[in-house]
Formats: sequence, structure tokens, C-alpha cells
Amino acid sequence: MTEVDKITFEEEVLKAKGFVLVDFWSPKCEPCKELMPGVAALAEKYQGKAKFCKLDAAANKRLSISQKVLGLPTIVIYKDGEKAAEFSKDFAIEDVEAKLKELTS
Amino acid sequence: MPEIFDIVIVGGGPGGLAAGIYGSRSRLKTIILTKGKPGGQASTTQELENYPGFSRGTTGPALMEAMVDHAKSFGTEIVREEVVDLEVEGETKLIKTKSGNEYLAKTVVLAPGAEPRSLNIKGEHGFRGKGVSYCATCDADFFEDLDVVVVGNGDAAVEEAMYLTKFAETVTIIVIHDEGILDCNKASAERAFANPKIKWIWNSVLEEIKGDGLVERVVVKNIKSGELFEMETNGVFFFVGTVPKTEMLKGKIDLNDQGYIITNEEMETSVPGVYAVGDARVKYLRQVVTAAADGAVAAVAAEKYLAEEEGFKERVLNAKEPVMVTFWSPQNESSILAISQLEQVVDEYGGAVKLVKIDTYRNQRVAKRYGVKTIPSVMFFHGGEILDLVTGNLTEEEIKTKIASILKIN
Repeated sequence: MTEVDKITFEEEVLKAKGFVLVDFWSPKCEPCKELMPGVAALAEKYQGKAKFCKLDAAANKRLSISQKVLGLPTIVIYKDGEKAAEFSKDFAIEDVEAKLKELTS
Repeated sequence: MPEIFDIVIVGGGPGGLAAGIYGSRSRLKTIILTKGKPGGQASTTQELENYPGFSRGTTGPALMEAMVDHAKSFGTEIVREEVVDLEVEGETKLIKTKSGNEYLAKTVVLAPGAEPRSLNIKGEHGFRGKGVSYCATCDADFFEDLDVVVVGNGDAAVEEAMYLTKFAETVTIIVIHDEGILDCNKASAERAFANPKIKWIWNSVLEEIKGDGLVERVVVKNIKSGELFEMETNGVFFFVGTVPKTEMLKGKIDLNDQGYIITNEEMETSVPGVYAVGDARVKYLRQVVTAAADGAVAAVAAEKYLAEEEGFKERVLNAKEPVMVTFWSPQNESSILAISQLEQVVDEYGGAVKLVKIDTYRNQRVAKRYGVKTIPSVMFFHGGEILDLVTGNLTEEEIKTKIASILKIN
């Protein structure tokens, strides 16, 4: 997974072609840490179909808020720089995978 | 043959972890299935200062990590699996997970925990992750120098509001009670009243959350005057109690009207071999310390159950010779007499017939399973099969006739 921040986000996510999944997390967010191994597993599985990034929302607050993310955990799937799907708070990794499958198939 | 666990624990909060510690320390094959990282709600509570022996400065995540290490050190397996269904009726219980795996267990400890209650206020659902939060440690960072509202006034609400003041510019607590009245403990109330960043709105409830994409305003209603007013805010944190995560147990295990699992002092549920611990149980106080205590009780009760079940199997169901199982109770005079009479009779057969006594005061499970309601009662088993059930007192003649007929059959 590519670590993105306020400097690289534009290039890596918004200007990227195809699907980019961004995992918004923070070091204090326990549910985010619970989710992360599942996200990493999906990154393996969907190699070549979608790019996987993670963003420390606490260290990149303005950027997160500009993406209308104001709560963790949040996972956003972008397509050609536009939001194609968003999961926030109460979701399971299986929900994310189902959506990915739908979008990339 | 798939492996059968002695104890499968569903849930990795403090109740489940304590059950794991006690179970594996008793050398029982113990596994914890937990949806996410173990720790439960306690691992999202930053300030935790009432677990005995761990005073101020202890954090929820740190305490839970210590419990996880403790359980693992005795051999508890901890696996990340979300349990979605259970079959608990039989002797061997089946636990199914979201990933499609199945686990077999002789006993089950349910520790599903609880989750934050939602008030279903207009805008609450739509703004989740957009300013509406139930987890201060997850989201407090976002609100640095911003204004937030807290709904609720119990321990969690007031303590989490204090935590939020480390980030937010102001934290406004909306309290349904009259001025000065809070449901939380006095120590927290005093500290909150002294905190200059905390503002209070009394006699009020939250009516609606508004904004364009992100939370911008809330509508507050004064319950005394009925008056509505709008105030600007960037975030809304709800701490209005919890609801048990027991949806999948409905129809399988007795729950109360609110969905909490009903247990007795031994943490036994309505199903033999199934125990429940922690916040999802009907109980007076839901805290880390009481969840841990429940876990210890459940594991010990499960151990006793396993010993009794094994014992019954060995001495009755797997015995070569015919077995007379007699149900008695120390409080029942005639059952005590019946036992000594049976012992004398059985002696005469010199080992051809075996007598097993079950004290129904200490073990009601076997009696219940076989529908034995009267004491004394005698059941005749051979080769694991029930041959006969006789209730009430028998004369020596009647016993002998029964034994003779059984020995002849065989």
C-alpha cells in the first residue's frame, strides 16, 4: 500500500486513472488498525485492478476534510479521481471487497 | 474428524479475554473468535482509571493489550473471525463465521458485547463519518480548534467530553436533566464543571443535525419550553448508552425484552453448556472489571460442566454393564433412604449391575435432560441406551424384578 499525504494525494489519487482505494486512518483509531490487515489482503488480491493507498487523517486533517472525511475509519474508492464509493464507521472489510468486485468486474 | 474445542469464546473484549485466561490456565482447549482486534469497547476508551490496580494514566488500549498477552501466555488461541451463526442445542456446538469457517465446541462462552446506541435523530445516520461520531479516540483529532457537541451525560459522555477538550475549542454537552444534574460519577462531574472548555445546555435534547456534506449546525430543543434553536458546530458525539449485540442469538438463547442475555450467577444461559459474559448480559454494572469477573465465572462453570459431562459419559453411557442412575438430593429424606436400599441390592449382584448417584442439588442438568422431575427416581441404562425410568420409591422386590428383567434381556 502506498502511503499518501497532502503533498502526494493530488498526484497519486486525484489525477490517477482507474481505481484508487484510500484507507483513511490514524494512529489513535483502534477500529482502523483492526481493519488494516484486511485492507492489505485486498491490496494483494486486487493487484493490477486497483491501487491501494493509506492516509493518516490526523496528520492530514485539512486534506481529509476537503475530501469530506470527518470520521474514522473511512475507506473511499476513487475512479479517475472521482469518488465512486465510500464506507464510513460501521462497515466490514467484506463490504469493501463486494464493492470492489462490483466496480472492477 | 475436525477438532473440537473445550471452550469457544465469541468476542474478544475483557469478558472474553478473562474467560480465555481462566480456561486455558485450566488446560482446556480454548479459542477466542473476535471480529476485529481483541479488546472490545475498552480499547476505544482512552481514559480508563477505575480498573483495580491500574490507576490514572492507564489507557483502555494498553490494558486490553496486556489482557491479550496474558491470555495468549496461557495458550488461548485468538483468531479474527466474525461469528454469524450458532447451533447450540446439541452436545457439540457449531459456530459459523462470516468467512465460511466452522468451529466445534463442547462449551460456548458468548461475549458479544454492546455497541453505541443510536438515537435515530434526523441527520444522525447521514452524517456518520461526516462529523457524527461515537468514538472520541477515533475522531477527536479532526476537531482541533473546532467546536463540538456531546449528547449524553453518563460516565462515558462526560469522560469522553473531557478527552475531547484536549483537541476541540469548545465542547458543549447537551443534558436532558435540570441544571447541575448529571448521571455520571461525582469525580468526573466535578472535573467537567471545572473545565473552562466545557459548556452546558440543560433541559435539552438534540433534534436535528444539518449541513452540506459535513456537519455545520444542530437544532436543540428545550424540553421544558418546547423552544427550538439552532447552533453552529463542527461535530456531534453521541454517548447515550449501548445496545447488546445479540441479534444472531434471538430464538436460540433466552434474551430479555431489551435483547440482553439472561444468565444465572454461574453465567449459564438457557442452553446447557452455553455461557454469557460482559455487557451483553442482563446485569447491574457494565464495566471492564465486571466483564472480567463474568469471564472468570463462566470459564470455571464451563470447566465443571465439562467434567460432569465427561464423568456421566464415562460412568454411565460408555459403561459395559447395565447402570442404574439414581437421582437424589440431600434435602430429600426419602431419596437418602432409597439410595442406601439400592446400594444394598446392587451389592448382591457382585458387579453385574452398577449404581451411579446424581445429586440433583448440585447437578440439575442431567435430570433436566432426561425429564426427571421427581426425586427419588431411577433410570436404567445399558450400552448408552435408556431402558427404563422409574419415579418414586421402589420396594426391594420391585428393584430386583427390574434388574432381573434387564439382565435377562442382555
